[in-house]
Amino acid sequence: MSEKLLIIDDEKDFLDIIAERIRAHGMDVSTVTSVEDALNMVEEESFDVVIMDFMMPGMNGFQTLKAVKQKKPGVQIILLTGYVPDEKRIEAKALGALDVIEKPPDLEDLIGKIRSLKTP
Amino acid sequence: MGTKFGTVTETGLQFFGKMALSISHEIKNVLAIINENAGLLGDFALMIDRGAAIEPQRLKNISQAVMKQVRRADNIVKNMNRLAHSVDKSIEPIDLNDILELLVALSDRVASTRGVAVQAKLNQDALKLRIAPFFLMHLLWSCMDFAMGATGEDKIIEIVPQKTAAGAQVFFKGLGGLAGAPLKPFQAELDKGLTDLIKAELEFDVENREIVVTIAEDIDSE
Repeated sequence: MSEKLLIIDDEKDFLDIIAERIRAHGMDVSTVTSVEDALNMVEEESFDVVIMDFMMPGMNGFQTLKAVKQKKPGVQIILLTGYVPDEKRIEAKALGALDVIEKPPDLEDLIGKIRSLKTP
Repeated sequence: MGTKFGTVTETGLQFFGKMALSISHEIKNVLAIINENAGLLGDFALMIDRGAAIEPQRLKNISQAVMKQVRRADNIVKNMNRLAHSVDKSIEPIDLNDILELLVALSDRVASTRGVAVQAKLNQDALKLRIAPFFLMHLLWSCMDFAMGATGEDKIIEIVPQKTAAGAQVFFKGLGGLAGAPLKPFQAELDKGLTDLIKAELEFDVENREIVVTIAEDIDSE
């Protein structure tokens, strides 16, 4: 069964292309541009991985991370951000994030991380 | 004056840092989009190698997407350049409309992260002042930052500049949450030197839900 992903980013131009490229790797990808829509989708559907931009309108990455984890504690979360100081990475991981990746992401690296979650 | 100047310098650097952080985030977003488009081109090249046909329109779309991002980056860098040049001269003639336009552009990401829309209703005519541009921007940013936390439910700030006999005023309107906002600590922070430095005055009008900044036409005039 293919991995099911949700990508959250308010940059639609980024979202559309990265989704298309990840789909080409056989993954099932949904996209949203707002945190509100993302939280609704997380509640209604089951995702293996949520990839989200750290700086979203209305809620910062840590708040969104907590809200997603509250709804679905088992979901894996990867944060995308412009710059990753160590304290941000440590805090994100302490809150349950799988990883924090700098933009622009290396797609092969990202795909590898997602695939490793399904590897026993 | 020494302590006040020290505080203004420190908060000024914090303002500059915040703007630089916002700009770098925007540039990273542009790079991420260009990177994905380049990656998609690479994917297409692999598909063509394997005998697949790619519609020329798809390649044109990538070209247009990259050009769009280059224009966006160009604007971001131009704004960064204008901010950097605002410290070239301690006092110089400016058009208040230009300063507000720049400030709104620079703070767009910060505002959007806080879920606030900032709308500048600029004046048709030039609003000429002779002032320290960096400190004016710092003061106006401080007001905007505070206003973002005082919008109430509407989450919209209107910024309206207006010419007066002695200079100009800037209104931050639509602050439905002003009555409940921590006015005293904010005013105390500004009273540490910034308003003195550019001879500006602030008024918090809770009834009309607005902050009014009054600025003299010439900082050197009495």
